Amino acid sequence: MTHLNNLKSINYTIKTALLTIVFSIVSVISFANQPVTSEHTDSAAATVENEHATATHAEGSHEENHGEEKFDANKTIMEHIADAHDWHLFGHTSIHLPVIIYTDKGLETFSSGKFNHGHDAFKGNYTYKLVHEKIKVVNEAGEIDEEASKKVLDFSITKNVATLFIAVIGLLLIFLTVAKGYSKRGIGAPKGLQSWIEPIIIFVRDDIAKPNLGDKYQKFMPYLLTVFFFIWFINVIGLIPFFPGGANVTGNIAVTLVLAVITFLITNFNGNKNYWGHIFTPHVPLWLYPLMIPVEIIGIFTKPFALMIRLFANITAGHILVLSLVCLAFIFKSYAVGAVATPLIVFISAIELLVAFIQAFIFTILSALFIGMAVQEPEHGEEAHH
Amino acid sequence: MTGSIAAIGAGLAAIGAGLGIGRIGGSAMEGMARQPEAANKIQTAMLIAAAFVEAVALFAVVVALLGNGAN
Repeated sequence: MTHLNNLKSINYTIKTALLTIVFSIVSVISFANQPVTSEHTDSAAATVENEHATATHAEGSHEENHGEEKFDANKTIMEHIADAHDWHLFGHTSIHLPVIIYTDKGLETFSSGKFNHGHDAFKGNYTYKLVHEKIKVVNEAGEIDEEASKKVLDFSITKNVATLFIAVIGLLLIFLTVAKGYSKRGIGAPKGLQSWIEPIIIFVRDDIAKPNLGDKYQKFMPYLLTVFFFIWFINVIGLIPFFPGGANVTGNIAVTLVLAVITFLITNFNGNKNYWGHIFTPHVPLWLYPLMIPVEIIGIFTKPFALMIRLFANITAGHILVLSLVCLAFIFKSYAVGAVATPLIVFISAIELLVAFIQAFIFTILSALFIGMAVQEPEHGEEAHH
Repeated sequence: MTGSIAAIGAGLAAIGAGLGIGRIGGSAMEGMARQPEAANKIQTAMLIAAAFVEAVALFAVVVALLGNGAN
């Protein structure tokens, strides 16, 4: 039996190692692609003109002015981690995602290509212009009308939204295939995709749900599994710099806010007598109540708030770190710096792959912990105390 | 000027988080060395504690970013 277990764990280790290698190769390829602009200059014998073109090119295809503009690393990074209305593919090619806006004159849909990367204005019910990826209303003189801009509600399929759809489709494909495998073959030895997903599901069940939720874990498994795989998937495709990835979705505070709010709602709707008792009648002397009850009530909100900030800041910080290293070569305009930075970028990206997993794990385990605190029954030892 | 002050703030936050996570990691190593059979449990607890420490540092980084006017 131990022998079998050993074999199993060796098998698992090999699979994990293979997975890591595949992911690292993907990330190496990705980052080999990132400074591809400098290779252009390589072949063009690095004429001064070309260098300027590269520098502006690196600022994203949004800026097409080939003038004598200084490379602004801060601006470049902030542009890259922000949401966008079109999805940059390569060079000056990008996918124009649909714009859906609602104003007091009704709903309007058009392609974001009409904005021509913010250079042109589009005339619909109002005249719209894209300013720093925000849709603003402009008047006849071409000035931004802040009052009217406030009425524009932007429901566009942006890069982040498109990535969310991709994640949903990807996860559905994976999990429907796995579920079909179980309904066809029954509970037995897993096959194909099942063998990859099953250990992770068991890891979520045995290491996250069971220790924190006790025997009520089954009720919350669907949520924990969903949130775990969703965050992990999105984090990993966010690390791919070219087309199907590159969106900083979990580094968008609105996304993490919604995830945290769901945890908040589940925690509080499942809170039992014991949980609310701890908040409104804490086990402290009566004169401390005016102090303790507000603190406990604030505590309900700080937990999901910390969840929100943690995921947002970790992923954003990771993206900023990688982008800063990429920017180094453009700041110094030197191949030597680029050569030194590239292994560093690969190294940081490998760490980011680990962070992508750890953050999904942390979010899930803390959700399980908070839900567990809300549903746990008072222990008998504690009961005897009072 | 605000940028450099925000950078100092982020640096201070990094010092605090470094000390905290260092202590957590060190103690976890010690615990694992003493009781290798409990390594899994210690590791999980270590990650959770590290996440709490890290969150405080990240709050500071977010505040520094906002203070930097980079929004």
